[in-house]
Amino acid sequence: MALRHISLHINGHSVQVEAEENTPLVYVLREELGLKGTRLGCGQSQCGACHVMLDSVSVPACDTPLWAAENKALLTVEGLGQPDALHALQQAFIDEQAAQCGYCVSGILISAAALLVKCPQPSEEQVRQALDPHLCRCGAHNRMVRAVLKAAAVGAAT
Amino acid sequence: MSSKMSESTLNIPVVLPGSLQANRRLSQWLGFHADGRVTVRTGKVDLGQGISTVLAQIAADELDVSVARICMQRASTLQGPNEGMTAGSMSVQDSGSALRQACAEARAIYLNLAAKQRGLTAIQRAELSVLDGEFVSSADESIGSYWTLADDALLELEATGIAKPKAVADHTLTGQTVLRLDMPGKVLGQADFIHDMVLPGQLYGRVAHPPSPGAVLLGVAMDTINALPGVVTTVRDGSFIGVIARTDYAAVQALKKLAAAARWDEPATLPDMHAVPAFLRAQPVHTTLAGERKSDTPGPSLTASEASRTAEGAQYFKRSYARPFLAHASIGPSCALARCQANGNGEITSVEVWTHSQGIYNLRPDLALVLGLPAAQIAVRHVPGAGCYGHNGADDAACDAVLLARAVPGRPVQLQWTREDELTCAPFGAAMAVDLQAVVDADGRISDWQHDVWSNGHSMRPGRSTTPVLHAAALLEKPFARQVAINMPLANGGGAERNALPSYDFAQWRTHCHRALTMPLRTSSLRSLGAHCNVFAVESFLDEMAEQLGVDPLVFRLRHLSDDRGRAVLNAAAAMADWPNRHAGERREGSGMGIAYARYKNTSAYCAVVAAVHAEAEVRVEQLWIAADVGLVVNPDGVRNQIEGGAIQTVSWVLKEAVQFDRTRVTSRSWEDYPILRFSEVPKVDVQLVSRPGDKSLGAGEATHGPVAAAIANAVADALGLRMRQMPLSADALLQAALADPR
Repeated sequence: MALRHISLHINGHSVQVEAEENTPLVYVLREELGLKGTRLGCGQSQCGACHVMLDSVSVPACDTPLWAAENKALLTVEGLGQPDALHALQQAFIDEQAAQCGYCVSGILISAAALLVKCPQPSEEQVRQALDPHLCRCGAHNRMVRAVLKAAAVGAAT
Repeated sequence: MSSKMSESTLNIPVVLPGSLQANRRLSQWLGFHADGRVTVRTGKVDLGQGISTVLAQIAADELDVSVARICMQRASTLQGPNEGMTAGSMSVQDSGSALRQACAEARAIYLNLAAKQRGLTAIQRAELSVLDGEFVSSADESIGSYWTLADDALLELEATGIAKPKAVADHTLTGQTVLRLDMPGKVLGQADFIHDMVLPGQLYGRVAHPPSPGAVLLGVAMDTINALPGVVTTVRDGSFIGVIARTDYAAVQALKKLAAAARWDEPATLPDMHAVPAFLRAQPVHTTLAGERKSDTPGPSLTASEASRTAEGAQYFKRSYARPFLAHASIGPSCALARCQANGNGEITSVEVWTHSQGIYNLRPDLALVLGLPAAQIAVRHVPGAGCYGHNGADDAACDAVLLARAVPGRPVQLQWTREDELTCAPFGAAMAVDLQAVVDADGRISDWQHDVWSNGHSMRPGRSTTPVLHAAALLEKPFARQVAINMPLANGGGAERNALPSYDFAQWRTHCHRALTMPLRTSSLRSLGAHCNVFAVESFLDEMAEQLGVDPLVFRLRHLSDDRGRAVLNAAAAMADWPNRHAGERREGSGMGIAYARYKNTSAYCAVVAAVHAEAEVRVEQLWIAADVGLVVNPDGVRNQIEGGAIQTVSWVLKEAVQFDRTRVTSRSWEDYPILRFSEVPKVDVQLVSRPGDKSLGAGEATHGPVAAAIANAVADALGLRMRQMPLSADALLQAALADPR
């Protein structure tokens, strides 16, 4: 349980954290780095609320140990876009009003962004498959799927 | 004499709309600022349904300012109107109407002041208009604004009811889609949830809840827990045990050890999960006649002998339906913050609580009872959490937080539940069993009808009794007696009997509600309360009768429905789905369509649904066509979002969901054991709003739950010829039904 200095590349910035290397990434992001956009849902990698992008792959931060993120490109929802420069996905989610409570949205945006990196013009079915690890209890699924397709149409991946 | 009379007439308080009646001071609702902003306070809280935006829109419309100027304040017991619960789809009705009136009065007060300062005549005053907060004369001259005249003292008045809100035709924002004010923050991942709050000196707590509903703590060695890294202290009060640490991660790690160290006595208190309807029928019950209609010229009745009914060409029908216990299953765990202050003797003198409760004013008195403190010493503030869909663990978590924070006076403690806590300790939606009986006369009309519903109560909200109902209250060293859930009076929407009264014109009918007086699992309000299962039962039953009579299900419904608004939504949904031609052409094996209708609470939104399903080993809902009439629509996209979301949530309930338990423990403890609908399983949803701008706004959030449930069951019957009378319509249930089917 020794503490270790670990280098992270988060949202384009390099940061050093000192933590036990098996600490799940979600706690490091939320508690050490104050990046609260990554939500803690179930802590069992079953709901998708905490997904972050690690080298272009969407992974649950509750089930990713800190060491696994070392020296990789880590993207959280905070790095996706800024208030004055929204990512096309964020803009599409606003346009489609694609949420109700929004607790699941951070993770869904990350998986959608990872999909568009891999597959810039996905079919509706591909979007649904990519978002299938994510639970939404408010029932905003169809709006989110529309929003992802809309963002793809304006070239979100580029 | 005459002057005396007029005086007493003046003293009769005016009945004011919605929550303004009980919260009459205008400054409770709004205030203007010199910098061009308007503060608007309501007692209703955002639960993810977007109510803040709708209320901002109403205020902006009535004040004639842009929505961007409105700053919605979060509800707090320290300020703002007390509007009780945010529940039952009542917010636009209660808070919206109050806010409209309060804003109309504030507008008049400010305009009168501006006119007086300028020495305008009454005619000139009447000609003033307001342009984004600027007061403009008929000569197009600005004579001031809310901002130049801003003065809190102006609104330290009670509402009078004299100023009249705008006519519907003069609304500029109402009926327009205003994008949700909180949406940018949500997509940017801003720290807007209660889970994200960090106060100076904050600590983090976790509670090891009893592993089963009746469990009593035998012992736990706290010393080993206190020695764990990051742990500040542990708390034990009877069977309530928890840990406080410097970080949430340390608290979570310590919780695992604490849970493993605790030894519990666990009596078997739960019924057979597979025989819940029989269990409910066997319990001692409190029976009420929820409603009835008698006829002077009764047709064939349920009380007549079978021989006489047969002689009259009448037919008798009886069927039973049921639903299981359901979990609220929020994606975010319940969470709260608490900070206690103590005096020199270590006695708690005041408490602050931050919570995502639906009712901060209801939570406060229950906390006061648990702590033995006057309610006035407890301040409760609302902070958004994840969607709650009714009375979930939010209030219980607030109590847990306070019980932990008591151990560290002066330090704020954040308390979060685990996924397992969420699925096992929070109140559940009550299981229900429904018996329906009807007599159909020789003309194919229902001449008599009886609805009997067995269920635990659907309300165990805090703040309604002298005994607190919070989860921890029964666990303390000096425990409070466990309470049994009740049903709210039918005038307030009822509980188990919600929508157990027919939405149709039956010549005679009666409804009995049998509320169970034992409660093995805690039950409380889950979105739509009893309406979900009652409408499932009623609308399934109508289809069963229609099939036997050889009548189209739509025709059979319209035959018994004279309410034009109900007929309109039924016809609209049928038209959307091309209902008359649904069996035209070659039918795909296993596909079917079903229709259903209800007026929510019998007094609120009208909703009709057609469902298309494909069913083989399991049921897949492919499409829903929904027509709804919610009266005056303030924000069309907000209403659509609520209706779509409610419908999709219902598909999840109907196809997949049931709380699992053995005789001791709830065994559905993770998303693996309590699966909900996923993206790949979500149907296409088409919504048509039947516009009624001349009628008052009706809540949209719960209108779909009953009709969607029944439309799916009716579609499955159409597809497979199998009548599913118990939810969920899971693969297992389908197999059981197929094996039991005599055909």
